[in-house]
Amino acid sequence: MSSSVHTVRETDATAAQGAPTTTVDRYTTGARINHWVTAICLVLLAISGLALFHPSLYFLTNLFGGGEITRIIHPWIGVVLFFSFAGLFLRFWKLNLWKAEDGTWMRRIRDVLTAHDENLPELGKYNAGQKIVFWGMAIFIIILICSGLIIWDRYFSSYFSLDTQRVALLIHSGIAILAILLWITHVYAAIWVRGTFRGMIRGNVTGGWAWRYHRKWLREEAAKPRDTTTSHYH
Amino acid sequence: MASPRAMDLVRVSATSTANADVQFKDEVVKLIDVSRCIGCKACQAACIEWNDRHEVVGTFDASYDNPTDLTPDMWTLMRFTEYENPSTGNLEWLIRKDGCMHCADPGCLKACPAPGAIVQYSNGIVDFVADNCIGCGYCVKGCPFNIPRISKTEGKAHKCTLCSDRVAVGQGPACAKACPTHAIVFGTTDEMLAHADGRITDLKSRGFDNAGLYNPPGVAGTHVMYVLHHADKPEIYAGLAKDPRISPLVQLWKGVTKYTGLAAIAGAVIVAFVHHVVNGPNRVTRSDEENARRLVDEENRT
Repeated sequence: MSSSVHTVRETDATAAQGAPTTTVDRYTTGARINHWVTAICLVLLAISGLALFHPSLYFLTNLFGGGEITRIIHPWIGVVLFFSFAGLFLRFWKLNLWKAEDGTWMRRIRDVLTAHDENLPELGKYNAGQKIVFWGMAIFIIILICSGLIIWDRYFSSYFSLDTQRVALLIHSGIAILAILLWITHVYAAIWVRGTFRGMIRGNVTGGWAWRYHRKWLREEAAKPRDTTTSHYH
Repeated sequence: MASPRAMDLVRVSATSTANADVQFKDEVVKLIDVSRCIGCKACQAACIEWNDRHEVVGTFDASYDNPTDLTPDMWTLMRFTEYENPSTGNLEWLIRKDGCMHCADPGCLKACPAPGAIVQYSNGIVDFVADNCIGCGYCVKGCPFNIPRISKTEGKAHKCTLCSDRVAVGQGPACAKACPTHAIVFGTTDEMLAHADGRITDLKSRGFDNAGLYNPPGVAGTHVMYVLHHADKPEIYAGLAKDPRISPLVQLWKGVTKYTGLAAIAGAVIVAFVHHVVNGPNRVTRSDEENARRLVDEENRT
């Protein structure tokens, strides 16, 4: 197995006087495509769903070509999201299992929110917040696809009683709100913690980012045997 | 569907800026006297003909109901019930003409997400406007009487219009016009209530002590009313709802969920924004990078 840790000479401002910077591979191309397909689906679902949720947001249906098209396309995007997220789930579920240090992290949430990362335990690839987003989304998406099928009038509603459909409608909108709140948390965390986006765009993060936020993961990656032929010396 | 002037609309679906000046005025009622119905289905035929619907030939299911349920093309349906009256031992043939009740407080309109797809005229008629309908089926869930049907071919919701197009030009609904026994009559609310009173008095004099008017208060009354010989037991008329009201689930969904949901989303965005303004970005420091490089170099040496 080749290491995912590379030493790169960069000339950008973050590199100390042209000294070589360490980068660590975080997401493969496949994982990134998988993530962005899911992300696009989730955003489209939120927009089309909110358009049919509150009359003041009905104008959003124009983005899809009108109310009817929005009604037709929303459940199909949901199906794509379900399978796309299933892919992410299979990739990442093991890394998101709860560990002892996650409890410590949660108890020091004040340090987390005030960027006192030096007071936090060393973490693996994901922190407790990321794990909560991961499992929360997994549970919400299962509930959303099940309740969504029940209210998919075109194909499935006729198999369910009206009261079942009403319950499904209420659950679907309530859980969708919670999923959107989780999504806001996810996106905000990625914005607030600078250097995070490049992990999902370029596929790697700087060594310093890994050291600061996921040191245990950095130690594991660094300890992997190095393959000189793939070392990225520029 | 007659295209109404906006000023004639008391309620418009998915529109919060409804014209508060418009009140119910010259309300109309279709009164269906179940005790007079002979089950001839002339009303069904007239409905389909006037509205130019084309119900496909169905299958026989050992009942007089034909078709077996309301459909996107069959907006009214005679529902037949053979009822053995326990107090008299008589077999009674209860025939109820099912269809939209034109509730004063319509659940379909409350549930509808498409602006202007469901409207309520000042005369009380609740109408679906196909041009604005997106075919989502929310009206089906909102309706306490299980009336609207979504056409698979058109992708639009349909139901009885109370012949709003005929009423707009001073005519009665096609079903009332076709009814040979005057079991279906149409007029202003006052006229119909007076007419119903007479019918109920007559029924009571003939031994139907529980005869009465079906005008359920749970939906603020309806603009289609029944005279029932057994008004105490509406459910024996092919499951007519005893105390219909908009489901609390729908009220919850279209009420508190809608407002708290959007407030929570807006709140989360504001909290995130404030957090960023107060704390500034969480940045990796130069010493973090140096520590990482040292760690990697140490690993390389081992």
